[in-house]
Amino acid sequence: MKKPGVWLWAAALTVYAFLYLPLAIVVIFSFNDSMLNAEWVGFTWRWYATLIHDGEMLQAAGNSLLIALLSSACATVLGASAGIAMHRYRFRWLPLLVLTPVAMPEILLGVSLLLFFRQVLDLTLGFLSILVAHITFSIGFVAVIVRARLAGMDESLFEAARDLGATPWTTFRRITLPLILPALAAGFLMSFTLSIDDFVITFFVAGVGVSTLPLQIYSMIKVAVTPEVNAVSTLLMALTLTLILVSTRLAPDVLKGRGAV
Amino acid sequence: MITSAMPLLQIRNVTRRFGAFTAVDAVSLDIEAGEFFTLLGPSGCGKTTLLRMIAGFDAPDAGELLLDGRPLAGIPPEARPLHTVFQSYALFPHMSVAGNVAFPLEMAGCAKDEIRRRVAETLALVHLEDKGAQFPHELSGGQKQRVALARGLVNRPRLLLLDEPLGALDAKLRQEMQGELIRLQRDVGVTFVFVTHSQQEALALSHRVAVMKAGRVEQCDVPDRLYTQPANRFVADFIGKINLIEVEVVAASKIQLHLRAEGLGAIAATDPRPLRPGDRGAFALRPELLRVHAHGEAAGLKNHFSGTVRELLYLGDVTHYKIALDCGLVLEALMPNAAPGRAKFHEIGDPVAVSWRHDAGVFLHEPPAR
Repeated sequence: MKKPGVWLWAAALTVYAFLYLPLAIVVIFSFNDSMLNAEWVGFTWRWYATLIHDGEMLQAAGNSLLIALLSSACATVLGASAGIAMHRYRFRWLPLLVLTPVAMPEILLGVSLLLFFRQVLDLTLGFLSILVAHITFSIGFVAVIVRARLAGMDESLFEAARDLGATPWTTFRRITLPLILPALAAGFLMSFTLSIDDFVITFFVAGVGVSTLPLQIYSMIKVAVTPEVNAVSTLLMALTLTLILVSTRLAPDVLKGRGAV
Repeated sequence: MITSAMPLLQIRNVTRRFGAFTAVDAVSLDIEAGEFFTLLGPSGCGKTTLLRMIAGFDAPDAGELLLDGRPLAGIPPEARPLHTVFQSYALFPHMSVAGNVAFPLEMAGCAKDEIRRRVAETLALVHLEDKGAQFPHELSGGQKQRVALARGLVNRPRLLLLDEPLGALDAKLRQEMQGELIRLQRDVGVTFVFVTHSQQEALALSHRVAVMKAGRVEQCDVPDRLYTQPANRFVADFIGKINLIEVEVVAASKIQLHLRAEGLGAIAATDPRPLRPGDRGAFALRPELLRVHAHGEAAGLKNHFSGTVRELLYLGDVTHYKIALDCGLVLEALMPNAAPGRAKFHEIGDPVAVSWRHDAGVFLHEPPAR
């Protein structure tokens, strides 16, 4: 293969700089010993210490984690079922139906969920409405990951299990489930990431009283971008990055666009 | 072969359609216990569809399948006392070799120590006693094949279905596995139903072969009769190499048959069937039954025609000749190079003559289509 030339390197670096420089600045200023995001004064852990003692922030973080855990658990079960169904029954409209929420503009999803909860269900907005909303937009991602994993597998594996005496349920338990386990884990982590980072949809369905981390950050920067915001953003970024790395390691077929061995 | 009163598997008028396409068309076959039975045919002839219906992955649209006299309809694959060896082997990638072989025993609810004993026994049977702890991705193609066979045989099914199991192996390994399959089938005594598109495999392995084409069984017979007495043009052409000459019956007595071929002239043959002058068909002649003489030698005999060598393929033990007869017809002949000190007998362009015994060929009667 030909080595990429100087110009290609330059172009690539520019693009990556464009993507990652703003993030880097947030990280750097989260360690800056100054109230202003203007110039570097010195290194400090101060803003992280402040975070630990911020009751509202901790409350929001707790909500975010709990919602992320519960919603990704539910989305994994439902999304896996959808993924298996899309693989097994070739209904043309099924993938469309499952994947539409993934492609839908978030603001639309937020508004429609808000209307649905308020007008149709007459639900008091809060923890439950956020949870359901997060499950809704996560299902599609899990379904895609599980389907990609199944598509890369030899169909005769499942027939062989039946042929050798396993009932459909035993086949699922002994063959299908172990084989899609990496995809389930990847789907769970992906949902977790989506849930913990979501702002737009959560903003619409949160109501008053219950806050999540992104909502809390937003309410803080309405006053000013304090170093504390930088610190919490940095933590969120680190968590997200870790989850993305782990999930792509678990389901390389999704990234590479082909079946895993 | 021991023939019991009731065939192990009865296939009665089984038909399977996919939309307008008839994959299996009113097939009836009886498979005896202990038999190595082969379904042979080109791809798309319905052999795999038939196999899948026996296994229970598919169901006939008409007709029925009986195992030991009992209908299989409505019985799911897991409840049928038969196993399948898939072309892709379908070994469970997350289980060790021993785990794969143990799977059917676990499903049957065998005790732990019995499972261990029988897995060890069966792995020894396929010469993989030391591979039990390995995983499928660590094995070679031939070893995977053996594991698949062990897994299919471990709880002694009534019937083992094999779907082109040698298709993914290279030529040398395939030949080795053929010997292995014959030995295994004889040793364990399980009835094999083998699907293949390779006529060589079918002839070498089977007790009986059903030749299929377009969803129908063209002929079902023992390998040597299939080869020497093909029922029709398709079977004759599909099994081995053969010369087919368009002929018409001139006269037929008790066993004597006089044929005439366009341009070639009179051919003497034998046929016990009551045939009438004017009946048409093909005269089928195996290349190894043709003799090639130097020009002028043995002239004046029946079924003796002169021509020239057009092409030859020297294969060491035999030479494959293409002889253009004076009338334009090209016949293939196979000659063993059995004379000491001689590599081959004729060269391209040599004037030669071909002849054959009056009982060498087969007349394939083809009644006019109505």
